[in-house]
Amino acid sequence: MTSTIVVTGIGATSPLGGTARESWEALLRGESGVRALEQDWVAEHDLPVTFAGQVKVPATEVLDRIEAKRLDPSAQLALIAAREAWADAGEITDAPERVLVDYATGIGGLWTLLDAWDTIKEKGARRVAPMTIPMLMPNAAAAAISMNLTARGGARTCVSACASGTESIANAIDHLRSGIADVVICGGTEAVVHPLPIAAFAAMHALSKRNDEPARASRPYDVDRDGFVLGEGAAALVLETKEHALARGARIYAEIAGGSVTSDSYHITAPDPEGSGAARAVIEALKQAGVTPDQVNHINAHATSTPVGDVAEYQALERVFGDRVREIPVSATKSATGHLLGGTGALEAVFTILAVNERTAPPTLNLENQDERIPLNVVTSPLPLGDGPVVAISNSFGFGGHNSVIVVKSYDEN
Amino acid sequence: MALSQTEVLAGLAELVNDETGIPVETVELGKEFEADLDVDSISMITIIQNAEDKFGVKIPDDAAAGMKTVDDAVNYIVAAQG
Repeated sequence: MTSTIVVTGIGATSPLGGTARESWEALLRGESGVRALEQDWVAEHDLPVTFAGQVKVPATEVLDRIEAKRLDPSAQLALIAAREAWADAGEITDAPERVLVDYATGIGGLWTLLDAWDTIKEKGARRVAPMTIPMLMPNAAAAAISMNLTARGGARTCVSACASGTESIANAIDHLRSGIADVVICGGTEAVVHPLPIAAFAAMHALSKRNDEPARASRPYDVDRDGFVLGEGAAALVLETKEHALARGARIYAEIAGGSVTSDSYHITAPDPEGSGAARAVIEALKQAGVTPDQVNHINAHATSTPVGDVAEYQALERVFGDRVREIPVSATKSATGHLLGGTGALEAVFTILAVNERTAPPTLNLENQDERIPLNVVTSPLPLGDGPVVAISNSFGFGGHNSVIVVKSYDEN
Repeated sequence: MALSQTEVLAGLAELVNDETGIPVETVELGKEFEADLDVDSISMITIIQNAEDKFGVKIPDDAAAGMKTVDDAVNYIVAAQG
């Protein structure tokens, strides 16, 4: 029999708040975490995009100075989120060898890499900091979490662009069901609000250029959407089997009932126009969760606010849900946070878990004129999800044709 | 103008503190960086890089490798100031 996997701890630091709870409450209030960038480098490089979703609480305000000094911003945010999730999960007394970290990033220590490149150009090779490599490596976040939380069951790193965070949760389910760990800390991080990624994403016409209205720039499904908004942040979950959670008297937020990973094998950046890979990911996750499409009553969509991507996701959803896709309440929370790349799936998992736990779908901002090609039931103010079982999915898709979906179910004590 | 041994010690203690958080007052002559102050090898490299900038001296790798104690570092820097 397949184990029931539950979530017992959540953590996040995002453009909406310094904790999971603060981020969620700001989301429900309809706040936007997208703001104009105030750094000098915006004008210095004449960036075509001058706004982003930066974390509301800088990591350096949370971490010890020396601790922060040895971590790239991406690992700093990861550590903050993981510590919050770990503390939130209550006392865990398992042997460290039974605690596993599976933590994601899309890019890794970009600030460290580019700062070191500046140093070598300006001051020479002898001035490159000796911590450069351990700070820039993409596994640095997983390693930091493992070291800080004394997790010795493996510290794995999942890298699949914008699907990374969700894929790490799908991996965590597998680790628990295979029996290689009793507790898994999973999630994802990204911190690349830096001139280079902004210039590069803008070069591929992926970013919104609504510079005069940052908070209105991320507008999934709106006819005037013009690209995604770069965000930063991290989120983490503590997952374990239901039996393990009950044995230690843990509070259970929800079940993480299924998680899937598929690949398009179509194009390095464009989604499969028929959405077949994404649809397979949804179907596979539902199958693993033991639920049918008819039972799904909330969707946290990938919905990045790009003209093409939002339509492709809709087509995938329609393949799975048929006409019922027009009824299911859909939340597109990147409208408030921007797109956290490798961290986005983890943050949206936290939002989906809280939506299921509190039976409330969070709002989608900036939907003024819905694209008629995407006739979804988009939630624009907090929506009660009823008293019955809640079954939600959270979708993530990434450059490279990566698709990952998780299924979150309300937990029934009986 | 060349700095005295006391001034170099004070400046070095600040660099050690900045890199490791070790209180400046514990960075004293007679102590070993690794055994007494728990400064690891990577921190030591950074401290030496920063010392080159702060004191305007050049500390070759072989000289740096020989700096086991606070005295070693302070005396090298004082002498290297010329």
